[in-house]
Amino acid sequence: MPPQTCEICHAARAQILRPKNHARICGPCFISTFEREVAEAVTTNNLFQPGERVAIGASGGKDSTVLASVLKTLNDRHGWNLDLILLSVDEGIQGYRDHSLEAVKRHSVQYGLPLKIVSYADLYGWSMDQVVAQVGKKGNCTYCGVFRRQALDRGAAMLGVQHVVTGHNADDVAETVLMNLLRGDLPRLSRATSIITSTPSAAANASSGETGVSFTSVKRSKPLMYAYEKEIVLYAHHRKLDYFSTECIYSPEAFRGSARTLIKNLERIRPESILDVVQSGIDMAKLVPDANADGPVSCTGKGKKQSYAYAVEEDDGKGGCGSTNGRSSGGEMAEMERKLRQDEQAEANDTEVEITSKSKTNVHTQAEAAKLNSSNRPQPIENVVTIRPKQINGKGMKNRQATPLKQKLGQCERCGYLSSQSVCKACVLLEGLNKARPRTEVEVGGE
Amino acid sequence: MAESISLVVEFTGGLEMLFSDQRKHRIAIPAKDAKGQPSNIAFLIQYLCESLMKDPRKEMFVLDGSVRPGILVLINDADWELEGQEQYELQPNDNIVFVSTLHGG
Repeated sequence: MPPQTCEICHAARAQILRPKNHARICGPCFISTFEREVAEAVTTNNLFQPGERVAIGASGGKDSTVLASVLKTLNDRHGWNLDLILLSVDEGIQGYRDHSLEAVKRHSVQYGLPLKIVSYADLYGWSMDQVVAQVGKKGNCTYCGVFRRQALDRGAAMLGVQHVVTGHNADDVAETVLMNLLRGDLPRLSRATSIITSTPSAAANASSGETGVSFTSVKRSKPLMYAYEKEIVLYAHHRKLDYFSTECIYSPEAFRGSARTLIKNLERIRPESILDVVQSGIDMAKLVPDANADGPVSCTGKGKKQSYAYAVEEDDGKGGCGSTNGRSSGGEMAEMERKLRQDEQAEANDTEVEITSKSKTNVHTQAEAAKLNSSNRPQPIENVVTIRPKQINGKGMKNRQATPLKQKLGQCERCGYLSSQSVCKACVLLEGLNKARPRTEVEVGGE
Repeated sequence: MAESISLVVEFTGGLEMLFSDQRKHRIAIPAKDAKGQPSNIAFLIQYLCESLMKDPRKEMFVLDGSVRPGILVLINDADWELEGQEQYELQPNDNIVFVSTLHGG
């Protein structure tokens, strides 16, 4: 095959096949294109205010490393005047996080950005190694996920920062969209697909972490959410960025792993699918009633209505942890698997979905179904699949939400973190841990 | 004496752990495959799996006879999709990089 030339500069040899549009471009053109596209995502969505103090959630992995490098580059190039800080969470996992934090420390020096590390041990009195020693490897991601979200907010509060950016990429968002679809959790789509969300957060007073909790709203944004994971890795490769890429030594989460494998398989056949899933998620989120309306801040940017989605006490499968088999989804994992079992049961009982008998008898084979679907759009009325609203039948269905989840915000009565429950998830988990712990002098962080 | 081709093969993005925790490997592979065809990337992948990879978790590198989806292959710093993928015929001193995108961020 003769070498192909770059479609942009028409001079150098093409090195990159872009997944979103199949463009064949050279390394230098790729780097400038990638940076320009991130800058566009930032400016068209008004992510930053001039002079804003912004914490970059930094794990030392590829995504946050590229995010830090690109934001630093763009901030200097475009004079955004942002005050950028690296914010890392030390979960306390020896042989994993200690190594990745070394990468973050190097980045702090290389990019000239200050670094703040907050640790689970300091915040909660428990490192993840201790949690795992207590609860075992199964289910520990729940603790890690719940703790991480609060840790980033608390770290931001300590820094006096009201905006945390994370390295979520298009593949991550597509994965989350699929997972939300697969577990019937459409109200969460809004947050997963919003480039900017608002996290009401408890901000401890500067002097003391124990008393005088005040509240500030911490924004979260994902400047790389339209960037393919492939391009993030290639950007790091061509810029020779040094990042950390070892697995978390604790258990991965199977459900996200399956969604991830599906996404990667789709990418090989049709790379556009990833951004298409992201766009579908964005479009579907708009159709979910009230999911968008609860946001405390409504931001009107360039005539485009944009609202923030709440993000409380949740984890979204990002943080430092990642795995070949899948990233942890943290706090939702156990609950989700329980829900899944219930859904299976419900399906077996035929309580949730009814297909009209006519369409059942009409469609015998996949080929026929495909023919019907392709030739009849919109489908004729006799093929309409009727989906009944979910019913509470007392057989394990009582936890299902028939209507979109509306989060009513209060404040955790123990630590002051904003929570829809009287005691936040982290404090509930800590209570269980502390009860089992032989030593009693341990104080729970934030209590 | 069969001819061989020397290559530099690199594993990054977490794949190095499958290959003795070593990023860069200088190897020599037969110039022709078992059928007498010039060695290509498909042959190299098979060769790496059989001869270089000590880790038993082959599925973390190869799935269904090809590189696992999510692993990028660079041939002399260019996307392998631009070079003919598995069919690319190896040249002496080629640099082949395997980068995993699957590891944490």
